[in-house]
Amino acid sequence: MALLQIAEPGQSAAPHQHKLAVGIDLGTTNSLVATVKSGEAVTLPDTNGQHILPSVVRYLNCGRKDVGLLAREKAAEDPYNTIVSVKRLMGRGVEDVRALGSEAPYHFVAGENSMPYISTVAGEKSPVQVSADILSVLTARAEESLGGELVGAVITVPAYFDDAQRQATKDAATLANIKVLRLLNEPTAAAVAYGLDQKAEGVIAVYDLGGGTFDISILRLNKGVFEVLATGGDSALGGDDFDLALATWVASELGIDTDTLGSGLARYLTEKAREVKEALTASDTVSVSVAHGDARGELTVSRDQFNALIDKLVARTLRACKRTLKDSGVDVAEVQNVVMVGGSTRVPLVREKVSEFFGREPHIDIDPDRVVAIGAAIQADVLAGNKPDSDMLLLDVIPLSLGLETMGGLVEKLVHRNTAIPVGRAQEFTTYQDGQTAMVIHVLQGERELVDDCRSLARFVLRGIPPMAAGAAKIRVTFQVDADGLLSVSAKELSTGVESSIQVKPSYGLSDGEIAQMLQESFSLAQEDLEKRRLREQQVEADRLLVALEQAIEADGNELLTAEERDMLLSEMAQLVALRNGDDADAIEKGIVVLSNESDFFASRRMDHGIQQALQGHTIDEIEEKK
Amino acid sequence: MDISKNFFELFALPVSFHVDLSQLSARYLELQKALHPDRHAHLSDRERRMSEQYTAYLNEAVATLKAPMSRAQYLLKLQGFDTTGESSVAIDPMFLMHQMELREQLEEVPDQADPFEALEELSDEVDSILKQLRSDFDAQYAAQSYDQAVATVRKMQFLEKLSVEIENLEDHLDD
Repeated sequence: MALLQIAEPGQSAAPHQHKLAVGIDLGTTNSLVATVKSGEAVTLPDTNGQHILPSVVRYLNCGRKDVGLLAREKAAEDPYNTIVSVKRLMGRGVEDVRALGSEAPYHFVAGENSMPYISTVAGEKSPVQVSADILSVLTARAEESLGGELVGAVITVPAYFDDAQRQATKDAATLANIKVLRLLNEPTAAAVAYGLDQKAEGVIAVYDLGGGTFDISILRLNKGVFEVLATGGDSALGGDDFDLALATWVASELGIDTDTLGSGLARYLTEKAREVKEALTASDTVSVSVAHGDARGELTVSRDQFNALIDKLVARTLRACKRTLKDSGVDVAEVQNVVMVGGSTRVPLVREKVSEFFGREPHIDIDPDRVVAIGAAIQADVLAGNKPDSDMLLLDVIPLSLGLETMGGLVEKLVHRNTAIPVGRAQEFTTYQDGQTAMVIHVLQGERELVDDCRSLARFVLRGIPPMAAGAAKIRVTFQVDADGLLSVSAKELSTGVESSIQVKPSYGLSDGEIAQMLQESFSLAQEDLEKRRLREQQVEADRLLVALEQAIEADGNELLTAEERDMLLSEMAQLVALRNGDDADAIEKGIVVLSNESDFFASRRMDHGIQQALQGHTIDEIEEKK
Repeated sequence: MDISKNFFELFALPVSFHVDLSQLSARYLELQKALHPDRHAHLSDRERRMSEQYTAYLNEAVATLKAPMSRAQYLLKLQGFDTTGESSVAIDPMFLMHQMELREQLEEVPDQADPFEALEELSDEVDSILKQLRSDFDAQYAAQSYDQAVATVRKMQFLEKLSVEIENLEDHLDD
């Protein structure tokens, strides 16, 4: 029974209507979009029937751009305007990306905050912008294929991505005008797709070797709960490195000087290497002929030769497996299933070494290219509210420790790697000079002890500390990591209450202002359109709150509310409905705040009720007995 | 949620150094199912933010009770003893001597003929001392001899730190 009618005539806002939500696998080499359609998760093809979108963007001088296969075909011909493997540049500074050398042969320009911009014929493009262009193509494909507007997307990231890389991915989604329901770790997504399908229970290991990243996650599956015990990996190791190793070898065998390799030829050789690598999955030897400019020649590559070239890289992944198993507190014999994800796990040596390490055959029957997108789609469906009765719950961890710089360039860790998220931690620090009135808070991520060996995430200054003797001031620094794995930091001087906080934006990230400006430019909307858009957004927000409250009252109102409280809420809700049906966005926004405040008490009662329900049956008697 | 409740009460477990880890884990999952933000994803922003705070608290609680060291420190905190900061508690000189020997042993590991075996030996010794200290703590805490329990925790801190360094060295040797 609906308590209120909030839908406008001719515009349905039925609370149980199926909401369109997608899962997006934004990969180094390839990207995919998937959704749950009539109960089944499927990847969505483009109009040519292609499911996989190569993660390649080519900028043309007329302001147009090609994304996908068309762009990839021109990668060798037009290397400076065709951006491949942009995921490797996400959340990185100019110095980092220049160090990639021939892997990223672009003309980089340092922007604000040392953010690397790639100079193209269509202007300077940040890696965030390039990723946003890929995301836009995928969401446009989904909206066209599903015939409606998306409520949001779950976007996958490598589990080993640090805060800067996650934030950059989220910024890309914002730029592409996508509401992010969750940033989901790729191996966790794969575990969902695999686990729900196989109705698996117990401990599983997900070995995910993609084009540019490697992740290993150890999870415990229990009645729909996917609990990540530990995660590890390398965010700069993948199949691309196999290609590079092979390309370098081919070049030296053919007497091509790799030091003076032009970017066009480098691209050509890595593309050749990729073909050879793929062919070697089925054949023991493959012949390759090179014909690009002056560089010409033929040779044969055997699988053994290829294996020798990549042996060290594969061994690196196994070391990460060993460390992660140790972190998870699980013995290798307890791992009941090993799931392989990512196109690079097709390489026979990888399969062989992984099965040797875990002492069991890995599962290769699932499509390693699609499984991540499928898992993301399943979670998107749940988060959009399409599955109110689902038992599924994903509990993830933070991949790398978070800390602060202390005296002597050392890092004090506040949150250790493999801590379950969301998490909050606070620690007190003090001043080290008499009369010190400001303190620099330098936030770092990584496992090493020295500041220089960790990734710098952000720096901010807490000012207004009252002058005191060294060691007398007490500054409490609080870290909060949300369910997306994103960090915010606040600092407070305890005697005066002076406070300073920051949503950690990567040192090499876009400022909020830059994002807003780019959004403006990309829409080039008239002022009127922007206002309409804002009104619509506030209406959607109001509807969401109203529907949520309506459902809550329906479910728990009789038990948890007195008649007066219930009447008060209903009358407040009616007021917001009236505002919502008007056209004043500001008034609606204020109304939302008022109703949220008025209903806070009900929300916390429902939470407490939830706790009591969860522990029902575990009574104090039971506690007494055990004492 | 009444966050003045102590972590043991949160999981409906008795206040004791003995914790049934499978029971702890089962109740943790039950509470997560009730509290996690994803359970409230389609609800209002307020409710989701609230659930995010609750889940963070829940995660802190489970992590504290799971590890013997933090569990012992938490038990002492409930009795008004803070063992997380600097301390002036005097430690038995014999114990300190032994600690120095163990550290010397650790430093010499990379130069041994079989560093892995040497490390394993050291690690076994550290584990067995830790086991003894944990059982000491259990008895002292149960007998409400809190001063002794505090001293035991101080000793545990030395060995936990050594244990971390052993692991770091093992990783280092692997690479």
